[in-house]
Amino acid sequence: MPIPSRHRGFLHPIPSDITPRAVYEERRELLRLMAAGAAGAALAAWAGREAWAQVQRPGKLAALPGTPSAVAGAATMEKPTSYQDASSYNNFYEFGTDKADPARNAHTLKPDPWTVEIEGLVKKPGKYALEDLLRLSAQEERIYRLRCVEGWSMVIPWVGYSLAELVRRVEPLGSAKYVEFVTLADKARMPYIGSRVLDWPYVEGLRLDEALHPLTLLAFGMYGEVLPNQNGAPVRLVVPWKYGFKSAKSIVKIRFTEKEPATAWNKAAPQEYGFYSNVNPQVDHPRWSQATERRIGEDGLFAKKRKTLMFNGYEAQVGQLYSGMDLRKFF
Amino acid sequence: MNPLLLHRAAKPVVFGLALLPLAWLVWAAATNQLGANPAEALIRSLGDWTLRMLCLVLAVTPLRVQTGTSALARFRRMLGLFVFFYALLHLLSYAGFDMGLDAAEIARDIAKRPFILVGMLAFGLLVLLAATSLDRAIRWLGGKRWRALHRAVYAVAVLAVLHFYWMRAGKNDFAEVWAYGAILAALLGWRVWHHALQRTGSAAREGPLKARRLL
Repeated sequence: MPIPSRHRGFLHPIPSDITPRAVYEERRELLRLMAAGAAGAALAAWAGREAWAQVQRPGKLAALPGTPSAVAGAATMEKPTSYQDASSYNNFYEFGTDKADPARNAHTLKPDPWTVEIEGLVKKPGKYALEDLLRLSAQEERIYRLRCVEGWSMVIPWVGYSLAELVRRVEPLGSAKYVEFVTLADKARMPYIGSRVLDWPYVEGLRLDEALHPLTLLAFGMYGEVLPNQNGAPVRLVVPWKYGFKSAKSIVKIRFTEKEPATAWNKAAPQEYGFYSNVNPQVDHPRWSQATERRIGEDGLFAKKRKTLMFNGYEAQVGQLYSGMDLRKFF
Repeated sequence: MNPLLLHRAAKPVVFGLALLPLAWLVWAAATNQLGANPAEALIRSLGDWTLRMLCLVLAVTPLRVQTGTSALARFRRMLGLFVFFYALLHLLSYAGFDMGLDAAEIARDIAKRPFILVGMLAFGLLVLLAATSLDRAIRWLGGKRWRALHRAVYAVAVLAVLHFYWMRAGKNDFAEVWAYGAILAALLGWRVWHHALQRTGSAAREGPLKARRLL
């Protein structure tokens, strides 16, 4: 084959070497179509992602929009659980112990007006009205996996902001090591306060560094609307790498302490529910395995349960919080 | 009451009624009415119905003796077999929906959870009772031995309540456990009381302990 020189251009001694115009034009058309098709597929995936991020509003409660969060790990691509399931299958013992009880009974909660008291080891203790808390930082949409200690899971698009925003504003003292979250315990609004299932009020807690982790969410809404009462209106915690019960609902008090708070389930059954309660498929609950989970609304009756992920799939983000810790001992 | 219970249609009617809970569950599962976690709802409902059937079958003899409705005895075997039937469905749904029919997984679960072990023990006894429920088994074992064997249903009652108690223990939620426990305790307590009564009664008469056989 002759090597074309820069001066003479391409030499085509035999006419059959030349590609007919019709053929090469057809090739170009094919390439154009392929490129368009490929781009189309890519765009479709992108559009799909957007569709997930902008979860459809159920149209039941007041809108509370949030912009997609930029925090790493804050937007799982998994399909969100239906609003119907997420708002009718709840553990909120102040309204009854059956999963359907909270949706039935929580209409008496009255989430407005509401104040959250900040107390303990902070420079700026005080009472925050709900309106002020709502405005404290920009509302973000975060799609988190939620893994219940009982072995089921959901995917929920929450609306809120990092708890760290609030913590920084109240300026914890150097002696503050833990944060305690106290749920409302009002007999008049919560029919099961007075039952002996738990020691009321419901108290949960985090280590200060856990509370400051950007994934730790102070949530005010879900599915683009304010929280339904049964999901912990008007303000709750969401800690996606821990079992669901760590995420206290309907919070009235946030207290900064030096000692590890005595948390509700830990008090009720210390050998079963540890203070940390990080999702961990390797550390079983004393009475059942934590290796697998059933995704509500996704996995059919006969589907095998899916594997539970370390730190509920947030190991990359939160693993370093526990480096060097024996997670079997500190379960 | 007796003529009604002796009616030709009485047994088929009771049979049909005892199948209604299952029919409802199948229909609810098919029409998506079991809530967000249908597997859990099915497993638990079938367990509840096993307990209810157990209460029913253990109520047959006290009711029959106290009210003198001898025809009630016709339904005892059928109701007993329905206890076994609902227990079997309860176990199958647990094995299928929760354990993915994985035998090794189930074995691990039995070792891990005392309440599963207790449930399995109760089911083992029920298998024994169901297998010896035929007339032929009664003839083969002889009435006396057969009756002794079938007193194992009292152990099933105790194990079933313990199974339920342990299952609810994690949530300190015992209201329903006490309800079933109280019903079953009353039904077993009646037997103890009746037995003692028969003994003193027959001792006074110096007669044979005929009435014991009715238990």
